[in-house]
Amino acid sequence: MRWVQILAVLVVALMPPALTAQEGASLAPAEASADLDEIQALLQEHRELIEESSRRTIAPAIDALASSGLPAAREVLRNWQEKELWQRQSDGLFFFVREAEGDDMVHLIDIATGEVVGTVDDGDLDQLKPNSGIRGLIGGALVQFQLRDDDPAMRAEGLQAIERGPEEGHLGILRTMIQEESDATLAARAERLERLMTISFGESEDARIEAIASFRGDTGVDVRAALNPLLATRREVIAGEAPEQPEGNLARELRPGSEALSRMDAYAMLVSADLAPAPMDASAQKSALAANIVDGRVGGIPVAELNTVKARDRAYIALASAGTVAPAATEAEIDAALESHSFLEWYRTPSADITRAAETTLGSIELALASSQGADLLLDALSLASIYFLAAIGLAITFGVMGVINMAHGEFIMMGAYTGYVVQQFVPNYTISLVVALPLAFAVTFAAGVALERLVIRWLYHRPLETLLATFGISIALQQLAKNIFGTQARPLTAPSWLDGALSFNDIISISYIRVAIFVLALVFLAFILLVLNRTRLGLEVRAVTQNPRMAAAMGINTSRINMLTFGLGSGIAGIAGVAIGLFAQVTSELGQGYIVQSFMTVVVGGVGNIWGTLAGAVLIGFFQKGIEWLNPSNTLAAQTYMILFIILFIQVRPRGIVALKGRAAEA
Amino acid sequence: MGDTFLTRRRSTPIFLICLAVLVLVVTLMSEPAGTGAISTSFLKTLGKTLCLCLVAVAMDLVWGYTGILSLGHMAFFGLGGYMIGMWLMYERTRLIVAESLAGAPIPPTDGEIVSAIASQIFGVVGSSDFPLVWMFAHSLPLQLALVVAVPGLLALVFGWLAFRSRVTGVYLSILTQAMTLALSLYLFQNDSGLRGNNGLSGLQNIPGLSGLPQSVISLWFFWGSALALALGYIFAAWIVSGKFGSVIRGIRDDEARVRFLGYPVEGFKLFVFTVTGIIAGIAGALYYPQAGIINPAELAPIASIYLAVWVAIGGRGRLYGAVIGAAFVSLVSTWFTGGQAPDIDLGVYTIQWVDWWLILLGVSFVLVTILAPQGIGGLFDLATRRRRKTSTGPDAGSLRAPEAAE
Amino acid sequence: MTQLLEVDGVSVSFDGFKAINNLSFSIGPAELRAVIGPNGAGKTTFMDIVTGKTKPDSGSVLWGARNRSLLKMSESQIARAGVGRKFQRPTVFEDQSVFANLLMALKKTRGPFSVLFYRPSSEDADKVRELAGQIGLAAQIDRLSGELSHGQKQWLEIGMLLAQEPRLMLVDEPAAGMTPAEREHTTDLLKRAASSCAVVVVEHDMDFVRRLGCRVTVLHEGSVLAEGSIDHVTSDPQVIDVYLGR
Repeated sequence: MRWVQILAVLVVALMPPALTAQEGASLAPAEASADLDEIQALLQEHRELIEESSRRTIAPAIDALASSGLPAAREVLRNWQEKELWQRQSDGLFFFVREAEGDDMVHLIDIATGEVVGTVDDGDLDQLKPNSGIRGLIGGALVQFQLRDDDPAMRAEGLQAIERGPEEGHLGILRTMIQEESDATLAARAERLERLMTISFGESEDARIEAIASFRGDTGVDVRAALNPLLATRREVIAGEAPEQPEGNLARELRPGSEALSRMDAYAMLVSADLAPAPMDASAQKSALAANIVDGRVGGIPVAELNTVKARDRAYIALASAGTVAPAATEAEIDAALESHSFLEWYRTPSADITRAAETTLGSIELALASSQGADLLLDALSLASIYFLAAIGLAITFGVMGVINMAHGEFIMMGAYTGYVVQQFVPNYTISLVVALPLAFAVTFAAGVALERLVIRWLYHRPLETLLATFGISIALQQLAKNIFGTQARPLTAPSWLDGALSFNDIISISYIRVAIFVLALVFLAFILLVLNRTRLGLEVRAVTQNPRMAAAMGINTSRINMLTFGLGSGIAGIAGVAIGLFAQVTSELGQGYIVQSFMTVVVGGVGNIWGTLAGAVLIGFFQKGIEWLNPSNTLAAQTYMILFIILFIQVRPRGIVALKGRAAEA
Repeated sequence: MGDTFLTRRRSTPIFLICLAVLVLVVTLMSEPAGTGAISTSFLKTLGKTLCLCLVAVAMDLVWGYTGILSLGHMAFFGLGGYMIGMWLMYERTRLIVAESLAGAPIPPTDGEIVSAIASQIFGVVGSSDFPLVWMFAHSLPLQLALVVAVPGLLALVFGWLAFRSRVTGVYLSILTQAMTLALSLYLFQNDSGLRGNNGLSGLQNIPGLSGLPQSVISLWFFWGSALALALGYIFAAWIVSGKFGSVIRGIRDDEARVRFLGYPVEGFKLFVFTVTGIIAGIAGALYYPQAGIINPAELAPIASIYLAVWVAIGGRGRLYGAVIGAAFVSLVSTWFTGGQAPDIDLGVYTIQWVDWWLILLGVSFVLVTILAPQGIGGLFDLATRRRRKTSTGPDAGSLRAPEAAE
Repeated sequence: MTQLLEVDGVSVSFDGFKAINNLSFSIGPAELRAVIGPNGAGKTTFMDIVTGKTKPDSGSVLWGARNRSLLKMSESQIARAGVGRKFQRPTVFEDQSVFANLLMALKKTRGPFSVLFYRPSSEDADKVRELAGQIGLAAQIDRLSGELSHGQKQWLEIGMLLAQEPRLMLVDEPAAGMTPAEREHTTDLLKRAASSCAVVVVEHDMDFVRRLGCRVTVLHEGSVLAEGSIDHVTSDPQVIDVYLGR
């Protein structure tokens, strides 16, 4: 039998270190045999329950194992949970098994010592297959072992198990753990969990109320999950008035016909409590009538006349008085029945103090949630505003400086996005491709803008409406061209991984890094444009041309060149905006179209010819749109509709935009 | 003075004669006449084209003559279609429902019929109640009145707000575009009461005429569209012929000057904007029963821009130009996008017109704008050697005051 | 004698620049007045205020015997009340005939509906022809006004002004770009007009003003510098300083 011993040593060596350490001491032969008896005996004691394997009845067996204090108990429980506990049919003894050579042959392993005690055909063995309910219970029992574990990760796992399925029994273990816990994070977590569980399982009402109060303003989902069941209610209908001093925790009395309890719901409660006869609905009445047609008449009324509600009622009453059908409750009877009963809503939690405390805490949580949501909304609005700013700033430059409406601006945005996409086809590294794409998109759309200015717009100065239409022609041609080249399906423009994810401040306030990046990009562009316009020779000339083109020309400024460069600059910025927008939206040929009206609105609302105006317009529109979405979150289409209506009305008040130029030049 | 506006403008009688000849020829070639040289579907296309010509006349009035580049007239067109579509859909569903309920042992109440119609119509948007906007849908005369009233009222209110605050030029264009966008986005919602993006369908089945073949109904609609175009054209010609025409062209060329002559410019603009909105609504009400379906995409801003493109290509500032532009571009567009146009094989690449038509349209539109602002209508000037020296449009325009540009 | 137009203490500024500074001005019912002043003196802005194009920051503009305030009225209302204006650059409707231009200006109800149903009667047509004769454009009556010479356009505009039958005419540099013969004719036209209504002529040209032979108001930096006969103002040292000093 020498090889058996060698194998046993090997098995011990292969066991998980924790187990080995724990069992190390108990492997002395004498103790081992005693232990074997004890754990096996325990299992045998609960053999029937274990074999029955029902979630309802299994609890004593698990509890016995968990509280036995036997070193092997944890291993047995774990294996049981993982469906690795087997039972020998012949004598009902429990074993672990390991596959052996040969068909269907397995090694039997003693559940206490971990020694291989034989090799058998698995036909003689039954695998215990606890259902998920039982596995949950076993998991709960295992928690106490985990919480006592030396490994912090194991303890964290144990806490997580309790968080998932807190039970009254865990509270004691948890409290013991808190006292011994050395890891501060885990201690805090356990402490919070302990308070949370005290809400449901606390020994005294005071302790529970204290725990409830301690969570004021805590926005965690778990807190709300623990508090809401406390405020669960049930409804009851009683005859007569509501009692002066109700026995139990009365939440409120409901009035039939109120928002909380509709008239028909109230009557349905009466009906289901057998306090009133069922009402007659139209279809039941109709089928009752149809079932009693006699010689083309119902209750003496010709069928052809039964096309009004009144005639049907009369026919039904006639039938009822003849005893053919059961009388139905009339409206007056329904009212009387509702009048003579009271509808009460009771808290399921008997203690009024606890429900009151829970309501107070939930109220404060609502408040905290609302302020967090407000902050989140502000972030959203800010990011939307920066997108609008990016999309509109190029337009603002061309419109403001040249008085030219470029309907193809949206297509320049699209071009920028496609440039980004094409670059990614050649440069696989997303970070590098982004670094390449930004200037390249600028260059491509700058060139396209210059070409458009030279070929089309130059011929149409002082004919703004025709410029609008001609650039629209360019816009549909470019859109179709993009469709022909890239197809109609959306192309991805993937952000580098460091832009994945979100910057989150708590459960509610978070903002994706892409949006942060766009915000930063918008700021950079604002600075860039201000710098170019206010600090460079080009900017000086641009401003001169904006204010008085003839005078500027007379001063020796090449206005034609300035117009060309301005248009190129505006278009180039659109290209960069396109790359930015493409990062979070799908790149399609219609990408730009979705932004063009909003961009125009931004420019018009902000006031033409002023960068700060565009910024103000973008902020106003972004915040306003998010505000409407917040009021009516289900409907973003409605938000856009109302936003446009708002803009139309806004222009009534400030026809020249937020930042309006004054003076003779501005008055048309 | 003995002359009337009809004799003074030779183009109007010529146009009417051409239209009459077209109607006669098409009628003789149609299926009901027995020859069938023109298929029913092409007859419908022709009828729809006449409606588009009518809305183009309205567009020319508001843009070519008054200088307001409205990018919203197709929204009025669509609203007219929706208004008539509501009755068509209600009445047809009512007939179907009445038929299906006729077999029931107990005759239905009015309430039951209405709710059955409602669940038929609004089942697709998960509702079974009639929204408030359908309150007149049961009545043809009321709904016909709405064809005029709804676009007219929208144009009146929007125009009043816009003109009152002196929004002009490109600003006004963008504002009208925004209005159109807002309207179409609103209609896209399921709870707008007009079936969201499903729109209204089955409009080609005229209630009470189920016994007639589509070929006959199409011919009737063709006649109706031709009549409407003729009346609309005469009305527009009458408006632009006299002093009113002088004033609105004055507004187009120099709004401030007209104001200093004492004319309430806003009132004139509002009048033209509203009247053309109504004409567009009527055109839409004739168009969509021939098209059979209307959905919010038809009201999208792009449609109104196409309308401007038609008028520009045809030649604005002359009514027949608008008609020619609308007919030419929409028929050519049908031809190209319908796949009838032959592909061009370049060896390396085959140009398929379905893909390239829009590019051709866009580019040719740009070329027309730059090189031939008079559009196709300008060809008639060459023929008659009539010289039109000045541009037809607000040039330096309302964006920059003339004195500021000095 | 009550004044037709009383401008009192009017100021307006554009982005901090005071275009009109506490300006007071009045004119009687049938008076010819010349307003002169260097560039930027506020002549055009003054006209803009009277015709309602620009709203002043402060001050009052009163009109007629009943002293109605023009500040609350729109441009077209002011024009209908009897203030006619001729712009610096001739602005006539270039793609319409001389006849149509004059007919449009003819004093009639201006509402959209009455205009829509208006058809010229033979008296109206005669009146237009008579006006065309006065401004020397009888032969050009059916030509497009865009085809006229610069001077003819100026006359057409004056003709349109006369057709309006205003009680006050504001005429901005009527003689700019005219030949001496054309100037003569213009002077006659204005003098004749001044017999039936008040005329304010803004002009640079001293010779032209002298030929008008009327009271002169000198504007400088948005307010009245001097007022009186042409000889009086030209001898005023301040005026000389302003015109010649810098």
